This record gives sequence, structure tokens and C-alpha cells, in this order.
Amino acid sequence: MTAAVFFGCAFIAFGPALALYIFTIATEPLRVIFLIIGAFFWLVSLLFSSLFWFMARTITDNKDGPIQKYLLILGALVSVLIQEMFRFVYYKLLKKASEGLKSINPDETAPSMRLLAYVSGLGFGIMSGVFAFVNTLSDSLGPGTVGIHGDSPQFFLNSAFMTLVIILLHVFWGIIFFDGCEKKKWSALLVVLLSHLLVSALTFISPHYGINLVSTYIIMVLMGIWAFFVAGGSCRSLKLCLLCQDKDFLLFNQRSR
Amino acid sequence: MLTFMASDSEEEVCDERTSLMSAESPPPRCCQEARQGLEDGDNAAQWRSQDSEDDLDEDADRYMCSGVPGQPSGLEEELTLKYGAKHVIMLFVPVTLCMIVVVATIKSVRFYTEKNGQLIYTPFTEDTPSVGQRLLNSVLNTLIMISVIVAMTIFLVVLYKHRCYKFIHGWLIMSSLMLLFLFTYIYLGEVLKTYNVAMDYPTLFLTVWNFGAVGMVCIHWKGPLVLQQAYLIMISALMALVFIKYLPEWSAWVILGAISVYDLVAVLCPKGPLRMLVETAQERNEPIFPALIYSSAMVWTVGMAKLDPSSQGALQLPYDPEMEEDSYDSFGEPSYPEVFEPPLPGYPGEELEEEEERGVKLGLGDFIFYSVLVGKAAATGSGDWNTTLACFVAILIGLCLTLLLLAVFRKALPALPISITFGLIFYFSTDNLVRPFMDTLASHQLYI
Repeated sequence: MTAAVFFGCAFIAFGPALALYIFTIATEPLRVIFLIIGAFFWLVSLLFSSLFWFMARTITDNKDGPIQKYLLILGALVSVLIQEMFRFVYYKLLKKASEGLKSINPDETAPSMRLLAYVSGLGFGIMSGVFAFVNTLSDSLGPGTVGIHGDSPQFFLNSAFMTLVIILLHVFWGIIFFDGCEKKKWSALLVVLLSHLLVSALTFISPHYGINLVSTYIIMVLMGIWAFFVAGGSCRSLKLCLLCQDKDFLLFNQRSR
Repeated sequence: MLTFMASDSEEEVCDERTSLMSAESPPPRCCQEARQGLEDGDNAAQWRSQDSEDDLDEDADRYMCSGVPGQPSGLEEELTLKYGAKHVIMLFVPVTLCMIVVVATIKSVRFYTEKNGQLIYTPFTEDTPSVGQRLLNSVLNTLIMISVIVAMTIFLVVLYKHRCYKFIHGWLIMSSLMLLFLFTYIYLGEVLKTYNVAMDYPTLFLTVWNFGAVGMVCIHWKGPLVLQQAYLIMISALMALVFIKYLPEWSAWVILGAISVYDLVAVLCPKGPLRMLVETAQERNEPIFPALIYSSAMVWTVGMAKLDPSSQGALQLPYDPEMEEDSYDSFGEPSYPEVFEPPLPGYPGEELEEEEERGVKLGLGDFIFYSVLVGKAAATGSGDWNTTLACFVAILIGLCLTLLLLAVFRKALPALPISITFGLIFYFSTDNLVRPFMDTLASHQLYI
């Protein structure tokens, strides 16, 4: 493995997230703060999931064998549940903070819930991606041969693409989830939870990269389309944007310059 | 310590006020005069103390003169909150930079993770066979270290009370000299060794001389703000690296915990040394220190140039870094007048001034201890990046919460306790619980 693999995989996994950060979040201090708080909430959810897994392992006395694999799968699924729970908790916190900000700043436009949904989704996604991939990435910088024991030689590439899709999925899930909470559409929350469980479960068939990665990407595209419509986009606005005819957007950009 | 500062346009005094204090356009007369500078030592967030009458006055002023006189206090708070977020980021950036420097050095230069002896402040060794003995030794080390710090702080307070300014000044200059020249030379040497780059002595001499001399000028006298900030970040990182190298493992964690407790006590108790120092400085209407407090203030300017008589007359008590990185002794001074070049004559947009003047100050000891925590997390154990990142996020969140509390309570607050507590909790829990979980998941390529 070389620096080429390191940089390649790093940019595959984190490039879009970095671009999203630089272009949409880095300019506004309040958004950066909410991003970091979102990352913190994800971290706390991971802490609770690890605690659960650790306790489950201690209860079964660390016996080796298939039970460890089942425990791991159980741990992963419980972790997904806990993550979504913390997303809900973060939503409640943001709601309270938003109301507080509004009462303090009646004239100032506090960030809208949709924006906060996007920021929180990105926070969750970045933290999740980083925690999943950074150790593997740092190993890729050192010497070694991938797949020498018969595993797939595409280990790094697969992990990088998986990390990318998880980050983007978290963004979309955040948007859909918050919108569901705002409009009290609990079915949306359920769909987010189930799709997260599905994505995680798909990774259990790990050696078959093709299926696992492709289906996850399909889920991501579907979630992306749903999030786009939920966030207020429409086919017409998409067309205008792509053809650079969106007057509001162009004017807004000029004004802010 | 965390301090906010603001300057008055009229007086051009730089004073610390919390950012929550309004954005007042007519800077309250409160700000002026003496306010300048009581900054405190590193680890407490200090808010300018004022005498009680002044306080009332100021309060009244603040609430009245938000951006527009006569606005309801809601507007003022609103402006405050807007400034609050900006200031949080203005502190996030240097803290992050310092941690990045420390972690990058720890991960690449092996010198700072090798055990080559201990400081004399931690005489007990940790190479003992039993766990109980090791724990006892680390607690003893901590007690010795903390008592050294307390003694030095009290010594400094006594010196300050008896107006031995030259002594303190000289002491501080000696310490910055040592940091900027000796430690930089050692650091440069180790980095060159790691990357196997040869450098001849004349080049080395020229480099270190330039770096150190410009640093001394920037920190103790005048210089561009960004350069001063960069130097302060560098010396905090160097000091943190020294601590990471020479503090034995368990002692380091216990010391971090003990220092947060001490910070809490020293800043909030009525008889705490730091608090006494600040109050004395306030009584005398003097700024406390130049250097050793990181100031995030934006440039400003005009008024500041005029500010002078007080600032120039004021004593700058440089802080002795070696004494403390830990800080208690550090006092910061609002050094704007000294630090910024007054760019424009006259009073161009006075309104602009307010915005630019507000800033936050954070003591260098806080930088150092945050970096020690993150650096230790990076150095120990299995070279796990997850632990380092978790500590990093925890510290930033702690800083955010501290700033929020500062905004709510409007008084000096110690910047260490919340962040270090979060950092310690996350270090131990991530290292022992999260790391095995994530490693097992990663080895099976499971994603959650």
C-alpha cells in the first residue's frame, strides 16, 4: 500500500463531505457549532452502543465461536437503534434551542429547521465515517500486502466507498427524519430507521462486495431523491438550477458577494 | 481562563467584557479606564471585574446601549448571541491548530513518546511492579506538582502585591527566551532527525535566531495580531510536548484531573490566588500581562492608538511560561494597544469598531492542557485515532459549554474543568469500550 492508496481512499471517502463542509458550513459560525454538537451526539450514541456490546460480551463470558459473531451483529443493530434515538434527542434539543434563539432574536433569522436537519445529518455522517474509516486509512499508509490470506484485495476501496455512502446517507436521513418529526409523520421516522437497519445488515454479507455496495448505493439514491423533495425541491427547480436559470439563486449569490 | 474583551470607541480602551455584553455602540464608559486589562491567568475565564458601583452602572449601560440606544434588552442579547457564535469559532480555530500541531508531532516524531527521565516535579517513578504502588506514586507526583504550582502562584501574587514588577518582568522574559530558543532548537533538531534532513549549523543558527527574535518581539512588544497568535500557539504546543514527554502516564491523567479542580477553586473562590491577582490589578487600574493570553480580537485600531496612556503606563507583566504552563499565574493583558499598529487616523466608522473590538481571550495554560490531553491520547495505547478524535470533539464541546456559561453568568469562569472532564471521560471510555467495538466491526467490515 502506498501514499496513492491513502490519498485516493481518503478523498473518495471524505471528499464530498469536505466539499459540503467548505461550501455550506465553514462560512457560518453557528452552523459549525451545530455540526460539532451533532458529531458529539453521534459519539455519545456510539459510547452507549459499545457499552451495551461490552456488557453483552461480559455476560456471555467472552466465549469464542459463533456466539461472538452473533453478539457483534446484535451489537451493530442495537447501535443503529441507539443512533436514531440520539438523532431524535438532538432534534428535540435543536427545537428548544431554535425556540430560544427566536425569542431572543425576533429580527434575526435563526437557522431554519431544514438547515439544522442538514447540518445535523452531516455532523452525524462525518463522525460516523471518520470513526469507521480513519484507522483503516492510517494502516493503508504503511507497508503491507492486501488480501495475502485470501481476502479481497479491494478491501480499502470497498471501505472507502462504503464510508462515502454512509456519510451521504446520514445527511439524507437527517433531513427526512427532522422533516418527519416536524410534520409528525412518524412513518418517515420508521422508514429511516428501517433503511438504516437494512444498510447495516447488508454489510453483514461482507465478502460479497458487489451486492452489498450496489444495493447500498441504490438506497442512497432513493433516500437522496426523497430528501430532495422533502427539503422543498421540485423537478422544476432542479431543471432551473441545472440550466443556470434559477434567478433567485443567482441573485442571492450576487448579493452575498 | 476565558476572558472577553471589548474596547470602547471613546476611550479606546480595551477592556474585557463578555461578548454577551452588548454590542454597545456607545461603549459604555464602563469600559474604560481601568478596565483594561485585568486578565487573568490562564486558567480562569475572567471577566473584568469591576467595583460594584461600576457594575451597576455598567449593567445599566449595557442594557441600555445595545447597538441602538434605547433598544430593549432583547436586541442586545440577540446581538450578543451573534457575537457569541463568532467568538466560539474564534477560539475553536486556535485550539484546533494547537492540537493538530501536537498530534502531528507525536505521531511522527518518536522523540516525544520515548521515556527519557522525568521532571523534578514528578520524582516518583511509575515503573513499579504493583498497581497500587503505581497509583500511589502518581498521586504523590500530582500532589507535588500541584503544590509547586500553588506555591508559584502565591509567590507571583505576593510579588505583584509588593510591586516587584521588574523581577516578574525579567522572569517572564527569561521563560519566553527559553521556550522560543531552546525548546524550538530541540524540536527542530528532532524533526530534522525524523525526516533525515541535514541542516548545517549556520542555517540552523539563522533560522532559530530569526524565529526566536521575531517571537520575542511579537509576544512582548508589538506585532501583527496573526503573527502573535501563531507564536502563542507554537509555544503552547512546545510546552505541551514537553509535558507529554516528561510526565509519566498515570501521573499525567491524575495531574489533568487535579488541575481542573484547582482551576475551579482558584478562579471561583473569593480567596483564590487568581482572583486576588485580578482584583489587585483592577484596584491599581493596571493591565496585568502581555503575552501568555491568547487574544482573538480582531484588529482594531484607531481608538486603540489613542488609548495609550493607560496601556503604556501599564505594566506588562509577562508571564512565566515555565512556571506555569499550568497557569495559574498567567495573566493576560489586553495588549491590543501594544500589539496592533494603529492603522487609520481619525475616526472612520465608529460603528465598525464595536464589532471588531469584541473578542475573547483564553489563557495559554488552557491551550497547553487541552493539547496535553489530546496528545497523551494520541501517544498512548495502540495508536488509535478514534480515541484522539473523541477527545478532540469532547474538548471542543466543553469549550462551547464554557463559553455558553460565560455568556449566561457573565463572570470569570475557568476554562479547564468542563473540557478536561469531558476529555477524560471520553478518553477512558473510548479507549476501553469503543475501541474494541469499532476494531471488531472494522475487521469484519461491518458498518453501523
